[in-house]
Amino acid sequence: MKRPVKVTVNGVAHSHEVEPRLLLVHLLRDVLGLTGTHVGCDTSNCGACTILMNGKAIKSCTLLAVQADGASLMTVEGLAQDGNLHPIQEGFWEEHGLQCGFCTPGMMMTALDLLQRTPDPTEQQIRMGLEGNLCRCTGYQHIVNSIQHAARKMRGAGAKAGRSA
Amino acid sequence: MAVSKLFGAKIKRREDPRLITGKATYTDDLQPAGLTHAQIIRSPHAYARIKRIDVEAARRHPGVVAIFTGKDLQGKINPIPTAWLIPNSDLKTPPHPALAVDTVRYVGDGVAVVVAEDRYTARDAAGLVRVEYEPLPAVVDQQKAMERGAPQIHTDVPGNLAFKWGLGNAEATTAAFKAAERDGIVVSQHFVNQRLIPNAIETRSVVAQYNSGSGELTAWYTTQNPHIARFLMSVVTGVPEHKVRIIAPEVGGGFGSKIPFYADEAIVAFCAKAIGRPVKWTEDRSENYHSTIHGRDHITDLEVAATRDGMVTALRGKTWANLGAYLSTAAPGVPTILHGLMLTGCYTIPNIEYVVYGVFTNTTPVDAYRGAGRPEATYLIERIVDLVAAQLKMDPAEVRRKNFIPKDKFPYTTAEGLAYDSGDYGPALDKALAMVDYTRLRNEQKRGPKGGKHLGVGLSTYVEICGLGPSAVAGAVGFQGGLWESAVVRMHPTGKATAFTGASPHGQGEETTFAQIVADELGLPIDDIEVVHGDTAQIPMGWGTYGSRTTVVGGAALVLAARRVREKATKIAAHMLEAAEKDVVFDQGRFYVRGSPDRAKTIQEVTLQAYLAWNLPQGVEPSLEASAFYDPSNFTFPFGTHIAVVEVDGETGQVDLKRYVAVDDCGRVINPLIVDGQVHGGLVQGIAQALYEGAAYSPDGQLLTGTMADYAVPKAHMFPHFATDRTETPSPHNPLGVKGVGETGTIASTPAIVNAVVDALRSYGITHLDMPLTPERVWNAVHGKTREVKAQ
Repeated sequence: MKRPVKVTVNGVAHSHEVEPRLLLVHLLRDVLGLTGTHVGCDTSNCGACTILMNGKAIKSCTLLAVQADGASLMTVEGLAQDGNLHPIQEGFWEEHGLQCGFCTPGMMMTALDLLQRTPDPTEQQIRMGLEGNLCRCTGYQHIVNSIQHAARKMRGAGAKAGRSA
Repeated sequence: MAVSKLFGAKIKRREDPRLITGKATYTDDLQPAGLTHAQIIRSPHAYARIKRIDVEAARRHPGVVAIFTGKDLQGKINPIPTAWLIPNSDLKTPPHPALAVDTVRYVGDGVAVVVAEDRYTARDAAGLVRVEYEPLPAVVDQQKAMERGAPQIHTDVPGNLAFKWGLGNAEATTAAFKAAERDGIVVSQHFVNQRLIPNAIETRSVVAQYNSGSGELTAWYTTQNPHIARFLMSVVTGVPEHKVRIIAPEVGGGFGSKIPFYADEAIVAFCAKAIGRPVKWTEDRSENYHSTIHGRDHITDLEVAATRDGMVTALRGKTWANLGAYLSTAAPGVPTILHGLMLTGCYTIPNIEYVVYGVFTNTTPVDAYRGAGRPEATYLIERIVDLVAAQLKMDPAEVRRKNFIPKDKFPYTTAEGLAYDSGDYGPALDKALAMVDYTRLRNEQKRGPKGGKHLGVGLSTYVEICGLGPSAVAGAVGFQGGLWESAVVRMHPTGKATAFTGASPHGQGEETTFAQIVADELGLPIDDIEVVHGDTAQIPMGWGTYGSRTTVVGGAALVLAARRVREKATKIAAHMLEAAEKDVVFDQGRFYVRGSPDRAKTIQEVTLQAYLAWNLPQGVEPSLEASAFYDPSNFTFPFGTHIAVVEVDGETGQVDLKRYVAVDDCGRVINPLIVDGQVHGGLVQGIAQALYEGAAYSPDGQLLTGTMADYAVPKAHMFPHFATDRTETPSPHNPLGVKGVGETGTIASTPAIVNAVVDALRSYGITHLDMPLTPERVWNAVHGKTREVKAQ
């Protein structure tokens, strides 16, 4: 029997009747058509499906859609605002933080969560912070550089906002 | 020649905006109208007879559209072929049915397929298919599979021996070993190059659609080589080649695992045709581990002869290569041609004798995984050169330097018969030694372990074969295809350009580097160039992306096509300028009469006139485009030196990789940012083989590392910050001077790490350890539990 699920994704409210067993990632991809979030494994190891739920990074392959009822979700499609790339997206672009791009949405959402908690991370903190995300292309070094790039940019923006406030 | 503006520039990738915004389209993202979903039912047994398949309960399940078993496919689609028929090897090619009919030969062998309205229903119904098996004794080890009395996996393949292949000169090699036994040294070692799982983060996926009105089969498909896929799809399904369209949309990594033509793709195409609706099939990860190819899996006995001053005079060995249950597309060529021909590495070893046994086992088929044969060869030669150094108490850097092919000997013909195009190995070694501060490290090492931690330094001075390759050679070694590459450069009336390549990049960044090449050749703004690949309906025949060939061979085709465009444009420009063609110069997008740069016609103006065709010179056809098909005259041979610095904790067996220095020479560099990215990615895969990864089977053929939770795909925190640098020795025969860099990191790094760990453990009398060098393995060796690795 289907159940109603209400979620806000990237600021847009959605309401659907879904099977209780439907994975959240399949709600995003197959029902809402937000295919930027990927599936790379079936054991919660790879992190390609990482999104933010109520501001925190979660693996959307490990949650049922019904468990997200009432939640506010953010996916890769919600990173850029008004056509402007998010500093994390800029960082990945500037520092060649991606190759095939498949792990990238999950990497960036994890990076966002990391930088919200740790605005000025060391290289080791970044590497440990990516523990739940696998990349097979980049060797991670350019991903680290990308996140450092984003951190600098976000701290700069934060300081500016602080001053003007 | 005008000075390049973009060749060599660190330009950020034009692929990225779609990839970082979630706007890229991978195969599983596609949802054509009427889409159905397939689930393939796979054998849980490594070897068994199929007694009965009962599909009735599944067929009655709501939402099920169709079910097919191996018997249903029999006679309707052809067996899955192998495409590398190595000569002089008595190669056996037992039939590989797309779905097993009476016998399953590995865990993951397909037996039936369910097509349903959605993926959940397909999976539910798959669970309702009852397959009755009669399990048979299985064999997973390639040496055991050759023993008398071992289970026979295919009829007509006695001893499970798919082939026996060899190279070299037995007589001269024997003489060299006899001389070494008398006056020099002989070093021998048993090596295991463990099985790896490629782990592209995107699993394989296909969406197939058949139009019964037009007879066209379209498949969106995670492939590295759409034209090879089209050819084999046609051969297997019987749909004529001109009615098959293969589209590789965004492909999420391949590393060789998306080269082969798998049974699954043919099954999905068959289903689409049979039910008259589009069908999607996407592997889950565990299915990928069981049914997508694995890599490596060699057992080798190797020995070298050397003089007492460290000159290696001969190499002799035998390798047992595990091929899995069936021959995958390129499988026979990987442990032979791509492996055996590179065994003497960057050294002047004059004599070689080598035999490879290719063996069937009840395991997932093995094929090309990043490096494909060359990592295995480099591991052998770079490990055994270290053993020579250890035995002679010489510095491993000096033994290497002594045996290097000298700079003035290129092109150099090796004992295996390859002609290395160019090389200058000393400067790369010097640079790496300086970067790592080698002398200081050796002095530090002499002071002994600190706090139970042993310092180790490991070198790897590698050479690899890239830019596959001359088609005549491909034919001579039994590859059932050409290895040239194609390009079309098409100018559009508004002065923009589209470049089509027959190669099929999937993360390597050629949309950017190829645009750099075309921009330079035609003087166009880079943003005015689109690079198109991956769709057989749009691009000319090409052979795809693997073997570090895309830029080397595909880029060469592209530069030739762009130059042809420029030649035609020059004719038209001369006509417009009322000048003789020989007097017209081209400089950064402008044509003018020599000495009169003020009166110029831009490439955009010339292009418009080429399309308007109101006033073209006599004999010049309208439009402005050109194609080129480039067949290289030789392979390319990138090289370099990698150095690893480790600390090994004798108490815990933990290996801590402290530093890693990579100096690579891939010829001329088009985009240093992208080259660094390729090196880094390769390093992680190669280092992970040395320290972390390994596929494991139980004796009865169950894959014990069957999920990502069980197989050690490495993470960011397992690596230090890599230091990379380059030397630049252009390929003399390549129009761009490039050599390829897609596989260097994987090829070079594995022996550097193992050499470093063994170096660290020297005080324990340990001379060799098999990979992966887990704490358990190191601890057991240090504490004398693994006696065979201790010096006698």
